[in-house]
Amino acid sequence: MNTPVHIPATSCRDTPILKERGQREVFCGLTGIIWLHRKMQDAFFLVVGSRTCAHLLQSAAGVMIFAEPRFGTAILEETDLAGLADANDELDREVGRLLSRRPDIKQLFLVGSCPSEVIKLDLARAAQRLTQIHAPHVRVLNYSGSGIETTFTQGEDACLASMVPVLPGTEARELLLVGALPDVVEDQAVGLLKKMGIGPIRVLPAPRSSDAPGVGPNTVFACLQPFLGDTAAALERRGARMISAPFPFGEEGTTLWLRAIAKEFGVDDATFEAVTAAPRARARTAIANASEHLRGKTIFFMPDSQLEIPLARFLTRECGMEAIEIGQPYIHKGLVGPDLDLIPAGPTISEGQDVDKQLDRVRAARPDLTVCGLGLANPLEAEGLTTKWAIELVFTPVHFYDQAGDLAGLFSRPLRRRALLKLEERA
Amino acid sequence: MKLTVWTYEGPPHVGAMRVATAMKGLHYVLHAPQGDTYADLLFTMIERRGHRPPVSYTTFEGRDLGEDTAGLFKKTCQDAYDRFKPQALIVGASCTAELIQDDPGGLAETMDIPVPVIALELPSYQRKENFGTDETFYQLVKALAGPVEKTPHITANLIGPLALGFRHRDDLEEVKGLLYEMGIGINVVAPFDATPADLTRLGAAHINILMYPEHAETAARHMERVLGIPYTKTVPIGVGATHDFVAEVARICGVEPKKDISRLRQPWWSKSVDSTYLTGKRVFVFGDATHVMTAARIARDEMGFEVVGLGCYNREFARAVRQLAKDFGLEALITDDYLEVEKAIEDASPEMILGTQMERHIGKRLGIPCAVISAPVHVQDFPARYSPQMGWEGANVIFDTWIHPLVMGLEEHLLSMFREDFEFHDEAGASHHGGHSPKPAEGGQPPAAAQPRRDISETEKHEQAATLTGTDVMVWLADAEKELKKIPFFVRGKARRNTEKFAAERGVTEISVDTLYEAKAHYAR
Repeated sequence: MNTPVHIPATSCRDTPILKERGQREVFCGLTGIIWLHRKMQDAFFLVVGSRTCAHLLQSAAGVMIFAEPRFGTAILEETDLAGLADANDELDREVGRLLSRRPDIKQLFLVGSCPSEVIKLDLARAAQRLTQIHAPHVRVLNYSGSGIETTFTQGEDACLASMVPVLPGTEARELLLVGALPDVVEDQAVGLLKKMGIGPIRVLPAPRSSDAPGVGPNTVFACLQPFLGDTAAALERRGARMISAPFPFGEEGTTLWLRAIAKEFGVDDATFEAVTAAPRARARTAIANASEHLRGKTIFFMPDSQLEIPLARFLTRECGMEAIEIGQPYIHKGLVGPDLDLIPAGPTISEGQDVDKQLDRVRAARPDLTVCGLGLANPLEAEGLTTKWAIELVFTPVHFYDQAGDLAGLFSRPLRRRALLKLEERA
Repeated sequence: MKLTVWTYEGPPHVGAMRVATAMKGLHYVLHAPQGDTYADLLFTMIERRGHRPPVSYTTFEGRDLGEDTAGLFKKTCQDAYDRFKPQALIVGASCTAELIQDDPGGLAETMDIPVPVIALELPSYQRKENFGTDETFYQLVKALAGPVEKTPHITANLIGPLALGFRHRDDLEEVKGLLYEMGIGINVVAPFDATPADLTRLGAAHINILMYPEHAETAARHMERVLGIPYTKTVPIGVGATHDFVAEVARICGVEPKKDISRLRQPWWSKSVDSTYLTGKRVFVFGDATHVMTAARIARDEMGFEVVGLGCYNREFARAVRQLAKDFGLEALITDDYLEVEKAIEDASPEMILGTQMERHIGKRLGIPCAVISAPVHVQDFPARYSPQMGWEGANVIFDTWIHPLVMGLEEHLLSMFREDFEFHDEAGASHHGGHSPKPAEGGQPPAAAQPRRDISETEKHEQAATLTGTDVMVWLADAEKELKKIPFFVRGKARRNTEKFAAERGVTEISVDTLYEAKAHYAR
């Protein structure tokens, strides 16, 4: 029912944040291209960078690279570094060649990288110039996915934020859902809201550029992901207003997220209850089954995607886990504040990373489960710790009611496996 | 600028990481922005290493740029030394740090680090991963290996094997075995599992076994010049090459070329009657130069294939590959652009591809069987089981690996005998091509002729559309079309092309059964 959620006396909202700098074992924002290009069907992402950038995309994209993906890297060569005028001509030529080969492309993103930013190649101006050349067929935008500016999922934020200023204006009162989710999840979210009579509902990013949502003073928006701080700010600059809520992970998170929107649109309790009762019950059952191995277990989050705080909230409150440290690459309290409110004080909240020091803390705490990147997972397993590799949480459908059990399952599987395997010699 | 999606090689600092990760007691301090740590996962995931690569990244950010990135480098260097206490450090810059022009070598020199610090100059905008491995190992050898007394009995250094190397782990065991049989001991293996202290003892060996020219040729030349150690030029991949290798080592060391070939099964397997069907199979070979050159010889001389295309992606070895291609009557394809490789494969229309991970996917797209012979490779090519490429066991492994994707003789015979049978119908595909085989026909009925054709046929159609235009358009008479269907599907494409080519050359526009068989007779080999 509409009972207020229990708010702990002291929550993590007030916990002082341990801020660290040093070596960071994280991806740069270029990685966001891997899932964004799947979502935006008429967009191409052209990284202007080095062989390292191309190699990173190749390593992160795995077998996807063989499926004619809509991204690529314009690799800077020695001649491009000599003079800036050349680099612009070269870029225009490569873009011309690309667009003539791929006439289906309607949006082209020039994605900045560390090398392109260090040589101060002005991709914003290049985007303007190329938009003029290729108008009206193709619009060219630019954003930075460089490691010196962005960490992993921040690449999506930078991309969406670059689109906001050029979205059409509207006076309509519309709900805008922000963040790229797998279609199946997005459909569930839209379906639930529609059943409550909420609409019209638009999404950012839209699957095709012709469906781009309008934005204006009557727009209200809700973020589907916690890493969209710049996009939220850009929308607010266009007069839109954010609906603040915990993120839709688990039964509780999804309910609170939906409830915040329902309240904004004046949905009555009976309707809300009628729409959500069945999927809530389903989610609770699924979580109960999947979280059997999680109860009472400790968890340590190394920073990766900014999903860590909402996920820690889900795992501690709905799956009975105990968080030791929750690390995020960057903490935007305006977005994850509601999630922090729900986590009782106790765990260390850390922002940024000094990886060797953080690993020392992991080893000292010996958590039952450590959430970390692929560069750290096997080395920690070899030390006898159980890990869950974090990048999967970004690619797999995990939001909303019907994925809640799967989400708990992603964390319980490594623990079940550890219990299952009988590989050591027995005395 | 060059637009690319797939790269055969990473940047040169990844090559340096491969050397550092292969070794013990060495640490690499890399001036690099946040995100370059992605390369760690190549080692922890693809090679499944249970430790982090010994690399510390400075992880500079945008806000550090106008400030003290040099200070950040020195701090990282000091922290890395204090924490890991390595026997030696290598320092260098990744592509972005190369642009900001801090000088890692110079900076490290001003510090008080009590172990050798070796600076790497790796030009990221000109050179690639294999240059990085070769140069890094050379710099290490140059800095650490001095003249030392030779070992009393004959010993060899095995140089070249490193981290993320295609089958390096097992090749090493195989080559050790070959040397053991000749009574030659091992002095140092490097970089694989070697420490910087081990590198100081390199000079004690009587011979260098250059296992992978891509990764250690410069170091081998250096040691020949400075330490007077001769090195082997033959890479022992394949039966013939292994015999040659043993002879070469025996000659250099003045020992008897003793060998134990009791477990070598490849020659008999290749001679046995079931392998007759391999004769003249048209293969396209692409990869790194060393593996391509050895594979081409095996393909022709030890498997009885016809090599119809050959090339490599590492330009450093272009000359040698061109020379070899000439011996095969071919023009070598030297490129790092996979689209060019794909085009060359389409043009050559081979029956099999020997290549890298990329060629595996090209093969999948074109419906051509493929076996992997060279890096870059994915996780499945770092197997748990023993699977060398070198030496006698390597020859056995290679035979099995190459023929698995092909339909073997007996199976091929059965397929054509029972081709109307529901299990062996045209659409069933080759049995080892699982990922590509179409769904079984519903209800066990033979598929209707209207069923969509497989990719290869689509390609065929495109080719036809492309090559046969205007007045060249051929008409297949019904009888000929029916006869063509009787030819096993995996050679049908070639039969169709050959017949059309034959007809076109003779100005024939209608293809009859007779045309089909005249063409067959014409192209018979």
